[in-house]
Amino acid sequence: MSTTFPSTEKNESSPSHAASALPAWFTERQALGRERFDALPMPSAKDEAWRFASASKLDPEILQTVEKAPAPNRTEEAMQRSVLVNERSGKAVFVNDQCVDFEPVSEELQAKGVRYLTIEQALQSEAALLEKYLFQQKTELGSEKYFELHAAFLKAGSVLFVPRGVEIEAPFVNYHWLDGEGACAFPHTLVIAEDNAKVSLVDVFFSVDGESKGFAAGVSSIIAGAGAKVFRKVVQDWNESTVSFQLDNTSAGRDAEVKSVAVNIGAERARFENQVTIEGAGAHVKLYSLTVAEKRQEFDQRTLQTHNAPNAVSDLLYKNALLDRSRTIFSGLIRVAEGAQQTDAYQTNRNLLLDPTADANALPGLEILANDVKCSHGATTGNVDEDELFYMMSRGIDRRTAMQLLVFGFFEEIIEKVESDELAEGLRTLIHQKFEKKIRSKQLV
Amino acid sequence: MANTTLENDALKIDNEKGNFKYPESYSFDAGVGLTADTVEYISKVKEEDEWIRDFRLKALKVFQDKPMPTHWASKDLETIDFDKIRYYLSKGQKPSRTWDEVPDDVKETFERLGIPEQERKFLAGVEAQFDSEASYSRMKEDLEKEGVIFVGSTEGLMKYPEIFRPYFGKVIPTADNKFSALNSAVFSGGSFIYVPKGVKLKQPLQAYFRINAENFGQFERTLIIADEGSEITYMEGCTAPKFETATLHSAVVELVALKGAKIQYITVQNWSNNVFNLVTKRGLAEEDAEVRWIDCNIGSRLTMKYPGVVLKGEGARGEVLSIALANDGQHQDTGAKMIHLADKTTSNIISKSISIGKGRSTYRGQVHMPKHLKNCKNNTECDALLINTNSRTDTYPAITTRGENNTVQHEASVSKVSAEQIFYMMQRGLSEGQAMSLAVNGFVNDLMRQFPMEYSVELKRLIDMEMEGSVG
Repeated sequence: MSTTFPSTEKNESSPSHAASALPAWFTERQALGRERFDALPMPSAKDEAWRFASASKLDPEILQTVEKAPAPNRTEEAMQRSVLVNERSGKAVFVNDQCVDFEPVSEELQAKGVRYLTIEQALQSEAALLEKYLFQQKTELGSEKYFELHAAFLKAGSVLFVPRGVEIEAPFVNYHWLDGEGACAFPHTLVIAEDNAKVSLVDVFFSVDGESKGFAAGVSSIIAGAGAKVFRKVVQDWNESTVSFQLDNTSAGRDAEVKSVAVNIGAERARFENQVTIEGAGAHVKLYSLTVAEKRQEFDQRTLQTHNAPNAVSDLLYKNALLDRSRTIFSGLIRVAEGAQQTDAYQTNRNLLLDPTADANALPGLEILANDVKCSHGATTGNVDEDELFYMMSRGIDRRTAMQLLVFGFFEEIIEKVESDELAEGLRTLIHQKFEKKIRSKQLV
Repeated sequence: MANTTLENDALKIDNEKGNFKYPESYSFDAGVGLTADTVEYISKVKEEDEWIRDFRLKALKVFQDKPMPTHWASKDLETIDFDKIRYYLSKGQKPSRTWDEVPDDVKETFERLGIPEQERKFLAGVEAQFDSEASYSRMKEDLEKEGVIFVGSTEGLMKYPEIFRPYFGKVIPTADNKFSALNSAVFSGGSFIYVPKGVKLKQPLQAYFRINAENFGQFERTLIIADEGSEITYMEGCTAPKFETATLHSAVVELVALKGAKIQYITVQNWSNNVFNLVTKRGLAEEDAEVRWIDCNIGSRLTMKYPGVVLKGEGARGEVLSIALANDGQHQDTGAKMIHLADKTTSNIISKSISIGKGRSTYRGQVHMPKHLKNCKNNTECDALLINTNSRTDTYPAITTRGENNTVQHEASVSKVSAEQIFYMMQRGLSEGQAMSLAVNGFVNDLMRQFPMEYSVELKRLIDMEMEGSVG
């Protein structure tokens, strides 16, 4: 990548006229999104991309919900609760797609050419940059219709640009809140890391209350240049009346290192699509996810690891713990293109069934068109291992504690991957709150 | 196939071997294309009861209404021209009873397949199918004495309706898929076998299938019922001559293992490279019963075959062991289905595939454990070996798990023959071809060891035939 930051092309219009001064290419893309959304059919369970998912539960009248979505009300509360990460380089808080708090990047980093802006700001001051990268990566895992819906209604989110060679240690943190009955959000995250840049960020999705119905369709794109290092962490804890789509894509250049860790706890039904394309030789991509599903929650995860260049590594580990009548669907595909020799690609899905009524589905797939590769996938589904329980009990640990230790140990493998004590502790609290209650009330032991 | 060139000369394979073609002289011929008239004609020639005719006509309707499954399957299916296929063809001969009555050209096929005379005699009963009708069927007297029924499909339904009718079309319903419906409409040939309670057949029953008429699809129908506590091994192998236009083979095989019974069904599939091999195979395992599919696919242009076991009774076991070899112009789309319907059921799937040249092998699997089941286990292993840089392999499993204390594990890996291995062997005086052949044999060896002796010998011969040219 050899992007030169177009900082000289400042948009002259004043912020007060922001709405009227949206660039033409952007409004055209929004109109096109609306058009395509109308034209694309509703997903059906018969589509391979929606196999096992409750496609029939999708609301065909979602547009009405979106158009009637309320303005935020409890912005103060949301701001006060946006405290998951204190050590940071920047922060943005959105409530129902309205930016209510924004901590810009330090002047020092600004001087180095780093840009951290909301989408609204970027449309004014960095329109050329946005035009180059916004919606350039497509989604092909089944939710094209919702990708277009996102495009049609996009206004909130953040843009992060790190120029060549600049390294930033502390993460940027974006909070997206849903507030009130019928609230909607279309969170967008765009990260451009130029050659040898280093950056990390955290996207957090929360609901202000536990009952109000909500809808979210988020998109994130990471473009990592040669040798760039990007680390993205996602915490999704919408309330259990929310339907959510999170459509992520990553493009990794030569020798780039991209890592993502997603922790999914909330939502009534959440679909998570993650596609990674290795465009440069020697890239190294790691994808981790932990999901804790309870009640009637449905987590629908679709992943695609595409290797278009040789000598690259991609490693995926998705862990799901299931309680009650919850469902998870993991559908992953590794695609190794012709000529992408010396590829190492791995895909692992582990499902821990903690209730007989829970339902775990796994569709781990491989499509290999090169012969000199090391590719494997594994999917396992099972209960807590009786032998392991017995081992601990024989050492004087009571059954319930042993059970807790084993279940939390199952989570820990992913949690420690966030590489931040502060965030890891926050995640443990979130998960353990949800879980300990459960273990006590259900006498899982 | 003969004209295809491989990147690596060491891997050039002589595909002319195993291509047989003999003059055709058919007295019964239903013509080309498929209509209700064709179906009625088949039923009339076979002098079938009315219910069988109705079953066929109903199936024809289902076949015509069902769309091609190309939303997930290969688009290659669209090249099948159903109007150009002969759906029924018979020598008009009654199944022959002695070896002497078997036509010489059929014997010649056996010869080239390399089954020694001694072994043939040793095997309990040989049901060799020449096109639609069994051209040769023989059962040892002691088998008959034990009450084993081993007949063709129409004969089974006409002579023993009380035994076969209750299970006919029950394991695989007509509407299961487009091709099971097609088979239900035009089936002829195949084997209907009943093994009485407690009878354990020591030697495998065997049938060879061949296709020997251009544009002729073979639609055999097999139903094996193993009564309580009985055991049977059935072997099916096929070679086919080479033709210019594609032929269609679409069989339906249903297995029923009643309480405590064991069925082992073995297939060597070596159709020529223009055959569409679209087969539905499924077994039903009652309490403590075991159904085991051993499936080897070497030939055909496109094979779509996913042997399945419905584990219906507590403690039932299901197993699929398969080897697929895809060469230039071939797509082996194979897999397995395990449907767990009772507690304490276990299933095991081991699949190995080898892709050579531009060959493509695909594994598609389904493992299903519905809720309220306890203590079920599944193990799935898929290993793929890619020989050339443009070989291709895909894996698409689908696993659903609910219930208590159920364990499912799936593992797949893709690898190539490592350069170090080849170098090591060559350095000790082996040619590149020999080294490659050894490595491929090593890849399938641990699975082959689980096969019955006569099967693994034949299989090794067929794989060697495919890998030929790489040796020496």
